[in-house]
Amino acid sequence: MTEAPYRVQLENIFEGPMDLLVHLIKKNELDIYDIPIALITEQYLHYLEWMKMMNIEFAGEFIVMASTLTQIKSRMLLPIHDEEDEEEDPRLEITKPLLEYIQMKSAAENLVKRHLLGEDIFIRGQHREDFLTSIQDEYIKIGLFELIDAFQKILDKIPSDDRMEFTADRISVKDKISQIADILESKGSATFEELFSEKPEKGEVIVTFLAILEMVKLTLVRIVQHAQTKIIRLFYI
Amino acid sequence: MEDIKNIIESLLFVTEEPLTVDRLKKILNQADTIEIRKALNDISEEYRARKGGFYLYQVAGGYQVRTRPEYTPWIKRLIQPKPLRLSKAALETLAIIAYKQPIIRSDIEHIRGVDCGGVLKVLLERKFIRVLGRKEIPGRPLIYGTTRHFLEVFDLKTLKDLPTPKEIEELGNSALEATSGMSQANSEKLEAEKSKNA
Repeated sequence: MTEAPYRVQLENIFEGPMDLLVHLIKKNELDIYDIPIALITEQYLHYLEWMKMMNIEFAGEFIVMASTLTQIKSRMLLPIHDEEDEEEDPRLEITKPLLEYIQMKSAAENLVKRHLLGEDIFIRGQHREDFLTSIQDEYIKIGLFELIDAFQKILDKIPSDDRMEFTADRISVKDKISQIADILESKGSATFEELFSEKPEKGEVIVTFLAILEMVKLTLVRIVQHAQTKIIRLFYI
Repeated sequence: MEDIKNIIESLLFVTEEPLTVDRLKKILNQADTIEIRKALNDISEEYRARKGGFYLYQVAGGYQVRTRPEYTPWIKRLIQPKPLRLSKAALETLAIIAYKQPIIRSDIEHIRGVDCGGVLKVLLERKFIRVLGRKEIPGRPLIYGTTRHFLEVFDLKTLKDLPTPKEIEELGNSALEATSGMSQANSEKLEAEKSKNA
């Protein structure tokens, strides 16, 4: 049976280009007012490459941001003419929206910290349907980019071998989903790393990763990351 | 009315949505507003002093009896509420609408940097936001705002009850200092919004 390459569509569940930038700034502990644009652009494009490699379909906005970054980077390289009025730092083009976005992100975090009706406080004879979730509205506590970081760690474990191995019966994403479901059914939860074998093949790693993304999308699993240990754990819903 | 306090308490016991003073006034044959407020305050104080399983909360412009958050784990043994489970994208969009309303879709997308169509649909379905009208610019885009249901679920008296962006912390304080100008503008907007609603 031949199957078309499996594609995961991110749609609205996962994050956009702004989240990727925030992720990179946090990860590198950068000063938002002095963003090393070359470094950020390079890392940003690197993530895009990864997503492409994994057949994750991302929104066109990612490409737009990539070109914005590249443009800023090239404007930074242009010599500054003293005679002209002091020109604006080209980086402001992303700094300003980033600041506003970060502010709204923390506003959103503050919102869920409140005493939520139906979650923290209750009223009498409440219509519980109000709090039923729709399938397309899954809440993942861990971001896509943290997940990609974890995935890269797994891939790093694979010994570099120039030879490509072709196996006839490569496991499909669908099969992998049912395998993971089996594991979770018996154990209730599993860490991200437990889902990969000790010395995984590249193909297996990618299929597993896509399966996890797909399961999140189908609201089958909940993924959380431990704040201290950074261990990512999957729970069966 | 002698037993106005008891009557109001009975109404609070039965109601499924927050009761506003106006609503109470209508039910109580145009009783004195001051009297109603006093009764509500007395009830609220009594509950507080009693330190029982519930309090009288001021929420979404009205009053409602709600459990004390301390007892959530026990309540969750009785009923199994589905968690709120809004995606990050939905929450962010909701926050943007809450703080910047009235707002049109393209302005939300400008801040988030991604398409928000699907998320807006979810928020509309969940009745957290509503369409306030159309903006008189080319394309006449829809204007969005939050609903009373939003205030109810997020335990807010009014929109003004939202923490000001100034109070929100993240990425260190330096990031916030520089945005204080922005925060100022926002709180003014919320202020204006409030007086409009009043």
